[in-house]
Amino acid sequence: MYQLLFFVFAAAAVGFAVNLLAQRHPIHSALSLIGVMASLASLYLMLGAEFIAVAQVIVYAGAIMVLFVFVIMLLNAAEEERTDRSRLARWMGLPLVLVLLSAITAILYRQVPPDSMVRFGDFPGQTAEIGRRLFLQFLLPFEVVSILILVAIIGAVVLARKET
Amino acid sequence: MSLPVLGFILAKIVVVLAVLLTTVAYAVWFERKLLAHMQSRWGPTRVGPHGLLQPIADAIKLLTKEDIIPSGVFRLVYLLAPFLALVTALLSFAVIPYGPSRQVAGVDLFQISDLDIGLLFVLSVGSMGVYGFVLAGWSSNSKYSLLGGLRSSAQMISYELAIGLSVVGVLLLSGSLSLRAIVDAQAGAAWGVLPRWNIFPQFVGFGCFLVAAIAETNRTPFDLPEAEQELVAGYHTEYSSMKFAMFFMAEYANMLTASCMATLLFLGGWHGPLFGPAALQAVLPLFWFALKVFCFMFLYVWLRATLPRFRYDQLMAFGWKFLVPVAMGNLILTSFVIAVWAG
Repeated sequence: MYQLLFFVFAAAAVGFAVNLLAQRHPIHSALSLIGVMASLASLYLMLGAEFIAVAQVIVYAGAIMVLFVFVIMLLNAAEEERTDRSRLARWMGLPLVLVLLSAITAILYRQVPPDSMVRFGDFPGQTAEIGRRLFLQFLLPFEVVSILILVAIIGAVVLARKET
Repeated sequence: MSLPVLGFILAKIVVVLAVLLTTVAYAVWFERKLLAHMQSRWGPTRVGPHGLLQPIADAIKLLTKEDIIPSGVFRLVYLLAPFLALVTALLSFAVIPYGPSRQVAGVDLFQISDLDIGLLFVLSVGSMGVYGFVLAGWSSNSKYSLLGGLRSSAQMISYELAIGLSVVGVLLLSGSLSLRAIVDAQAGAAWGVLPRWNIFPQFVGFGCFLVAAIAETNRTPFDLPEAEQELVAGYHTEYSSMKFAMFFMAEYANMLTASCMATLLFLGGWHGPLFGPAALQAVLPLFWFALKVFCFMFLYVWLRATLPRFRYDQLMAFGWKFLVPVAMGNLILTSFVIAVWAG
């Protein structure tokens, strides 16, 4: 059952990702990206990481993608115009992608021995446990990241402000 | 899981869905009737006694009307949007408990599924719900729809933040994300009289939650996405027949979800005085839950009959400059008090 669902959602994630590139209208691409993120959330859920899955939906599929769609709508972006693809991309694109994918697979396979791979339900997602780890074990990285985000927010405000 | 248990669970889901959709239909009747009486009118009276069969007549009318699809729409997204709106609106009820835990043959009678992250599930489904409205506005290819969709997305992003911050206080008090555990933490009474509902220690959080929930469901005084005087009907201007009805149902289902969440998080869910014979005691929690939800639905209509609409800049300023800071202050104060109390 889990295996079947894994292949369904994995196929959905890859399918949406390919569709994201193939679509010519920005809104359709954005919708495909939402599909990718939702499929990934389902995969997290099957690993048992409930909190991560829901955070993925709330933050990425919910908040960030709504902003994407909002901006696309606000700018009223039309279909993109395609130039003739370069000859190099046309003939070498697909083989090179395959080379890249197989290289990543080979490295992952060598780094992670097969018997130590993650299995379904490996991360029983105690939300309280994530919080405890975040505030005890990983306190410094957590705070550094929040300061980084604060700096980014202030930077965005400064950039967006009208010059007087 | 054996076959009879599976069948039992499916039957439960069907019953919950049927009750939910009936409630949604009668919420429309309730709003029209109450609004009419507040404005010294009669409201629906022709179909059935007190117009009680009006929802059925409306459903038949909407189902048999001609379904017009304007020629300039982005067809796939245009057809997808109403489904997205309705499905996300109904999905929240998968985790909402409406009575105390009562196991029959290993199946919980009064809740479809008790997720450990129930509260986050409702929030995440709510954050996906905005796509239905936004995509409807965009794909209709009409300026009124587009403006409605834009307003809807901006409003929902802004007030989602306030909702998220205002419920953290409740989480701190109950120490769980499971909706059933949150309600169970509110059982009993302090000093024998005052119920241990979260509304008393968290009255600021409750206020923020209520205002943000009304904004989140696009209701008066925050109904700018469908402001009739400016935008015809906002994001669903170009929809007709059953697709329009789906947006309508989604709006009322969202109102019900918000009322249920306010009841569960702040008003102690199904807890209330229990008395009488055992059979009555088994049903009373459901009654208390329904009564509290009903009070919030009444409040929705009452506000609509009373308050004028905000201006758009007022809406944004209120959300970002007032509601979010107040919710954040409430969060800091609550966690400080709990830390002092515990340590």
